[in-house]
Amino acid sequence: MHELGVVFHIMDSMEKVAHENEATGISKVVLELGEVSTVIESYLQNCWKWAAGKRDLFADAELIVETLPAVTYCEGCGQTYPTVEYGKICPHCKSPDTWLLQGNEFNIKEIEIY
Amino acid sequence: MKEVRVLEIKQSVFADNDKQAADLRQELKQKGIFLLNLMSSPGAGKTTTLMRTIEAMRDTFKIGVMEADIDSDVDARTIQKSGAKVIQLHTGGMCHLDAEMTRQGLDGLKVEDVELAILENVGNLVCPAEFDTGASKNVMILSVPEGHDKPLKYPLMFSICDVVLINKIDVLPYFDFDMDKCREYILMRNPNAKIIPICAKTGEGISEWTKWLAEEVKSWRAAE
Repeated sequence: MHELGVVFHIMDSMEKVAHENEATGISKVVLELGEVSTVIESYLQNCWKWAAGKRDLFADAELIVETLPAVTYCEGCGQTYPTVEYGKICPHCKSPDTWLLQGNEFNIKEIEIY
Repeated sequence: MKEVRVLEIKQSVFADNDKQAADLRQELKQKGIFLLNLMSSPGAGKTTTLMRTIEAMRDTFKIGVMEADIDSDVDARTIQKSGAKVIQLHTGGMCHLDAEMTRQGLDGLKVEDVELAILENVGNLVCPAEFDTGASKNVMILSVPEGHDKPLKYPLMFSICDVVLINKIDVLPYFDFDMDKCREYILMRNPNAKIIPICAKTGEGISEWTKWLAEEVKSWRAAE
C-alpha cells in the first residue's frame, strides 16, 4: 500500500518537471533506494506498472532502482559496519550507541524525457 | 525522431511533501491553529482517546477533528457526539495522509474559529511516519496488546513522535507487556519522547496527557 502512495508522489512531482521542460513523455525514472528504507523494490515496480498505465506521460516509462547499501557508524569505537547484517549493536565493540550513516535514502536521481 | 533529454533531479521522493508541510505549518502558525497529528495501528484506541481528550479540553480550546480513513464514516460519527467540529476524509485507498490532503481537510473543516485541530491519521505504523502532514506536534498510541517490541519493529514512527501514549494499561495483567522494556526501546529510538501510560476506557492517565497538550499549545502560541 505504501509503495503505491510513493509512486503517486514520484509521478506527481516528475509530471511537474516534465511540464516545466515542455516534454511530451517520460521514458525513464532513476531512483536511489537505501537498503533500509521502508520501501520494497519489487512492490514498487508492480505499483509503478499499474500507475504508469493510467498516466499518458508515463505510458512507456521505465523505472530503474539503484540500491544504496546501509552503513551504521558506532560512537563507541568510531568504526562503521553493514547495518543489515548486524543491526543496532556494533559488531566490533558491542556498543548500542550507533546511528545510521546511510541507507534510508529514497531519492529521485534523474529522469529521461522526450 | 524524438529528442531524448536526461534531467538530473537529485531530490528526495518526499521533498515536495516536506515543502508543502513546512508551508502549511507556517500558515497555521499565522492563523493561530495548533495542528496535532495522531497516529497508531488500527484498533489501538485513537478514537476513544480522542473522545477523552475532547471531553477534557473542550472548555479550554475550540477543537476541530479530521478523521482520515480509507473508507466509512464510523469514527466521524462517534466524534460528532462529543460536540467537536468534525470532518471525515477519505484517502481513496491510500495508506496515509500527506500535507496536501491535510490542507484540503482543514479547508473543509473551515478552521477559522478552531484553535486546536486534531488529525486522526490512517491506522498504520509505517506510512504516516514518512509523510509530514504539517502538524505542530506528532503523537502516537501504542496499545498493550500490540506488545512492547513495536518500537524495534517500527523505529521511524517512534522516532518522529513527540509523545507516545501507551494505551489499554487496564489489561496489563493479562499480557506479557514489559513497560520498562517498552520505555527503554522507545527512548533508544527517540531520547526526547514523552511517554504517558493511559487507559482511554477508564480515563486513567488522560489528565497527564491533556495537561501536556495544553502546555504545548500555550508555549507554541507564545513562541515567535
